[in-house]
Amino acid sequence: MDHILTLGFLATTLGATWRLATPIIFASVGEVISERAGVLNIGLEGTMLIGAFTGFATVYATGNLPLGFLAAGAAGALAGLLFAFFAITIKANQIIVGAALNLLGLGLTSFLFRTYLVQTGQGVQIVPAMDVPLLSQIPYFGTPLFRQNVVVYSTILVALGAYFLLFRTSFGLTLRAVGEHPKAVDVGGRSVALYRYAAVLIGCSLAGLGGAYLTLAHANQFVEGMTSGRGFIALAVVVFARWSPIGAFFVSLLFGMFYALQLQLQAEPSIHIPYQVLQAMPYLATIVALLLVRNRTDTPATLGVPYRKV
Amino acid sequence: MADINIPPPTNATSILAGASLRAGLSRLAKATAPPVVAVLLALLAGAVLLAVTGFYAFDIFTVMVNGVFQDVGSIAEMLLRATPLILIGIGLCVAFRCSIWNIGAEGQFYAGSCAATFCGVQFAGLPSWAHILLILVAGAAAGALWAAIAGLLKVLFNASEIVTTIMLNYIAIFMTSYLVTGPLMESGAAYPQSAKLLREVWLPRVVPSTRLHIGILIAVALAMIIYVFLFRSSAGYAVRIVGINSHAARYAGISVRRSILLAISISGSMAGLAGAMQIAGVTHRLYQDISPGYGFEAIAVALLANNNPVGAIFSGILFAVLDSGSELMQINAQVPQVLVFIIQGMVILSVVGFAALKFQSARPQE
Repeated sequence: MDHILTLGFLATTLGATWRLATPIIFASVGEVISERAGVLNIGLEGTMLIGAFTGFATVYATGNLPLGFLAAGAAGALAGLLFAFFAITIKANQIIVGAALNLLGLGLTSFLFRTYLVQTGQGVQIVPAMDVPLLSQIPYFGTPLFRQNVVVYSTILVALGAYFLLFRTSFGLTLRAVGEHPKAVDVGGRSVALYRYAAVLIGCSLAGLGGAYLTLAHANQFVEGMTSGRGFIALAVVVFARWSPIGAFFVSLLFGMFYALQLQLQAEPSIHIPYQVLQAMPYLATIVALLLVRNRTDTPATLGVPYRKV
Repeated sequence: MADINIPPPTNATSILAGASLRAGLSRLAKATAPPVVAVLLALLAGAVLLAVTGFYAFDIFTVMVNGVFQDVGSIAEMLLRATPLILIGIGLCVAFRCSIWNIGAEGQFYAGSCAATFCGVQFAGLPSWAHILLILVAGAAAGALWAAIAGLLKVLFNASEIVTTIMLNYIAIFMTSYLVTGPLMESGAAYPQSAKLLREVWLPRVVPSTRLHIGILIAVALAMIIYVFLFRSSAGYAVRIVGINSHAARYAGISVRRSILLAISISGSMAGLAGAMQIAGVTHRLYQDISPGYGFEAIAVALLANNNPVGAIFSGILFAVLDSGSELMQINAQVPQVLVFIIQGMVILSVVGFAALKFQSARPQE
């Protein structure tokens, strides 16, 4: 039990935290963009599965990792297009469309996997780990934190990029206006629907990439339903991060830490907590996190409300 | 999802019996046409997917339908599957009518199963009828409590019930896993499972030589009761008004918090009861994966019925036919059974698509 308190344990946990947070960072940053435009997409879970499967199938067929991620992003955007058509064009209830997207994502990926890929049982070559010069030389912390694959490092760029897009470009300004006061944008002569489509497509392609991380950089296999709630946790991350992409990055790390601790403690023979209690930790933490955010003044004003011209 | 029925304009002829019957039939046709078309569209999508992936869709659907309606035994098995779907579905009708997005029926089903198993293996010596009643009530209460957690977090902390109910699903499933590998585990069992319930507390069967138990009758009766609650009681009226416009409800003096808690607890109790019936009527013991996703499938059941509990009887049976059929499909034609998830998703999309289009066409033109 003593060595839980050592630097080595801490460093390993932190490294695992970042790795396990990566798919949640992708999905939650994407959802921040979508929700800032007023569109609530609870179909992240299904979208991530679609990305995970598409990425895996592409790399399985071609052996080309970048192409796999590209395909996963495109498949996520395609799922986003379906969502956007129902949620924005037809103005259907966004929660129900999201629930349908989750079922479709789970059903389609499992169906195609069982039909075409399950017999193969083979994995794919995953994204290799890469040392960050100098930083990986830091004692104790260097190797666990800075010998990761490039997708893990890219989460910093994703969060910063989303921040720049939302708060430093005129596109982002209009996108946020669409979420707060769509009528103003409409009267100003710009299409609310167009901006919402763009936000959903960006959000869903990021979710697709987050899914692909699971099959192409984390595990080397596709497993049915392998996202196991990460898409839903990302939804809570967005609320806890108060719709900020940088916030989503750090809150995702917090949830990644619960996954990491859970796995580390399960492997710890001296700890006598039932493993199911440990497994439940990230989900329990999600509920507790929601309770800590009582003041919701940052919520985009028209979140989940279709825009109707009068 | 708000469904406001505007009565058709009345004129002198409509007081005649024939005309009112015709008006009633046409209303019924108008109400049933969208879900029927939605199901047909979803099946068509499933058929296209089968055709694209190299299966003979038409043969497969024929095998499905013939297999499900082959004999009394196969119909009874189908209705056995419909029982939890109807029960959970009618509960979700109440929650959805209140605009409470309870995605946690799966976890509430697990909570009900756990409580029912606990009461089933304890309290030996009670009269059989009292013990069965205790099991069912305990299941319903556990489901209601599990749902009420999300309800309380919603009214006290404004925490999204979508996220909390989903997280509670995972927690309930891990809790079940803990119980059957620990406190409730059958001593000496090789697999994680609870002890078997005594035969005295099994639910009575309604069709001899099949597994169909009285749960199906209780489910149908409860559907009627919930219909009356929603559309003929003031509490049900309050639930629906809160669902349509909670601000208007507050100004009308309705307690929004109470309606939300009531609606989510009712939906949880139905899911918990379904779990208890699964234990007392079908499996007779608790396993780790006691539900094949009934709680999620029931979302489609409620939506297809336009959140009408009586309609949910029929949509529950429809999805049970698809489930039983897809099992046959997997055995006979090696078509992955997960196809039903795709069909469920398509049904939901078609239903909300129709509902949204109807709403748009009903709006006045500018």
